[in-house]
Amino acid sequence: MIQLENVMKKYKTANGELTAVKNVNLSVENGEIFGIIGYSGAGKSTLIRLLNGLEQPTTGKVVVNGQEVSSIKGSALRNARQKISMIFQHFNLLWSRTVEENIAFPLEIAGLSKAERQKKVLELIELVGLKGREKAYPSQLSGGQKQRVGIARALANNPEVLLCDEATSALDPETTDSILDLLVDINEKLGLTIVLITHEMHVIRKICHRVAVMEAGQVVENGDVLEVFQSPQADVTKRFVSQITDTNERKESIEQIIENYPSGTLVKLMFVGSSTGQPVISHLSRELNLDVNIVHGNISQTKSGPYGTLIIQLDGNNDNVQKAVAYMNEHGVKTEVIENA
Amino acid sequence: MLNDLFPNVQWDRMWEATFETLYMTGVATVFTFVIGLALGILLFLTSPQQLWANKLVSWLTGSIVNIFRSIPFIILVILLIPFTKLLLGSIRGPNAALPALIIGAAPFYARMVLIALKEIDKGVIEAARSMGAKTSTIIGKVLIPESLPALVSGITVTAIALVGYTAMAGVIGAGGLGTLAFLDGFQRSQSDVTFVATILILVVVFVIQFVGDLITAKIDKR
Repeated sequence: MIQLENVMKKYKTANGELTAVKNVNLSVENGEIFGIIGYSGAGKSTLIRLLNGLEQPTTGKVVVNGQEVSSIKGSALRNARQKISMIFQHFNLLWSRTVEENIAFPLEIAGLSKAERQKKVLELIELVGLKGREKAYPSQLSGGQKQRVGIARALANNPEVLLCDEATSALDPETTDSILDLLVDINEKLGLTIVLITHEMHVIRKICHRVAVMEAGQVVENGDVLEVFQSPQADVTKRFVSQITDTNERKESIEQIIENYPSGTLVKLMFVGSSTGQPVISHLSRELNLDVNIVHGNISQTKSGPYGTLIIQLDGNNDNVQKAVAYMNEHGVKTEVIENA
Repeated sequence: MLNDLFPNVQWDRMWEATFETLYMTGVATVFTFVIGLALGILLFLTSPQQLWANKLVSWLTGSIVNIFRSIPFIILVILLIPFTKLLLGSIRGPNAALPALIIGAAPFYARMVLIALKEIDKGVIEAARSMGAKTSTIIGKVLIPESLPALVSGITVTAIALVGYTAMAGVIGAGGLGTLAFLDGFQRSQSDVTFVATILILVVVFVIQFVGDLITAKIDKR
């Protein structure tokens, strides 16, 4: 659905040239939710704007929905944009228009008749759950409701691709979840391809199938969300993953346990998919005669399955500890020994 | 009773002058709105990083606006006498004041339009572009509606300034309350005429301000 080939974007600034996007190669499949994560200044905002031609690449090729967005201009580009719609961090609604008039705006651009517009607007208001608020102005809506208007507006011309520019970054956690649920719902119902950029790993974990991690204009890591969570390679990815797994609570429990039982070995276990169901721990204490202390555990649901971490302390014969680690590896549980954490 | 208080006021002349003032202000305001809006939009769109970013056009438009905005109105009226004569064939009467009024006020309003447009959230323009809107659609459906309260309060201020300009246009015999106050009131030492003309000008200004504020409040949904 989307291909980027050797895409590079440079800006001229007062202090010389700035490379916002460097040698990016990416492909996004039809119907998937693809996340791009990075800290601010990593180039993700520029990257997403290359996908609908709001920015033109300095070199390289951007193909979306069979059209080379990086080379078309004028009405061809405008028509292509009707099928590649976008939602924004600050919603960008017209304050002078009501909810229904805002949703009708892209339909006016597409040249639909008034009757057709009204019918479509009604459908969209129903879809995003804004029934009863049709006549309200944006200033009378909450952040979550504004983003729902943004989504309805983006869906008006039956797009093939939806670009989300930090769509939940201005919302509170609960509203974020409801908007993410709506995006998943749309993705499944309409088969829409969604590309989103964010700096919150939570968003990636909750709805993305695949993820690309950006740093200093480059994609440093890219793959299935579950795999990236399990074995992050780049440092920046590790930091993002730890946004979700390394809570303060966990650090405190580890410190506590080391203080109370200084003799044992701390092991972090990572369970993915089916291995989450096996009785590994009871086997360790029964067969290898080890004391097992559970320090901390959590399970995160990702789009492609659950992903769990468990930190345990093993106390006993050193050989048996080694055997225990080997046993767990054999049974599909990834392990990592935490040295004097 | 009114005749006892203001013995020198000829009411039919007073009403005629009031009408002339209203006529000059009204027509000039309409033209100023249209020309100023067009110039303001051009200034906005040609400024850096906007849709028609163009240094030359931006500089040219900006210079013209600044020059005409800087010329004191009374001098502008005199400078424009040959132009007015060419355009209207006469330099007397309310119509003769119109070119000077419009050329004096439109650049002033263009600056206000530019300020109003700069206040629009850039994201909204970007959103319209992302939907595939043409520039004409962006002007008609985003720029103007989204800045309308500021455009209306700007034209209110401009219209009030125009009331003042019409009084000065009296020097070329434009008519109106200003001329009446000057010729009948000041030069013939009939201070009651000046007083009544001033009161009427104040009423006109207050009504314009009131109506402008009312409309601004009504259309502002922010």
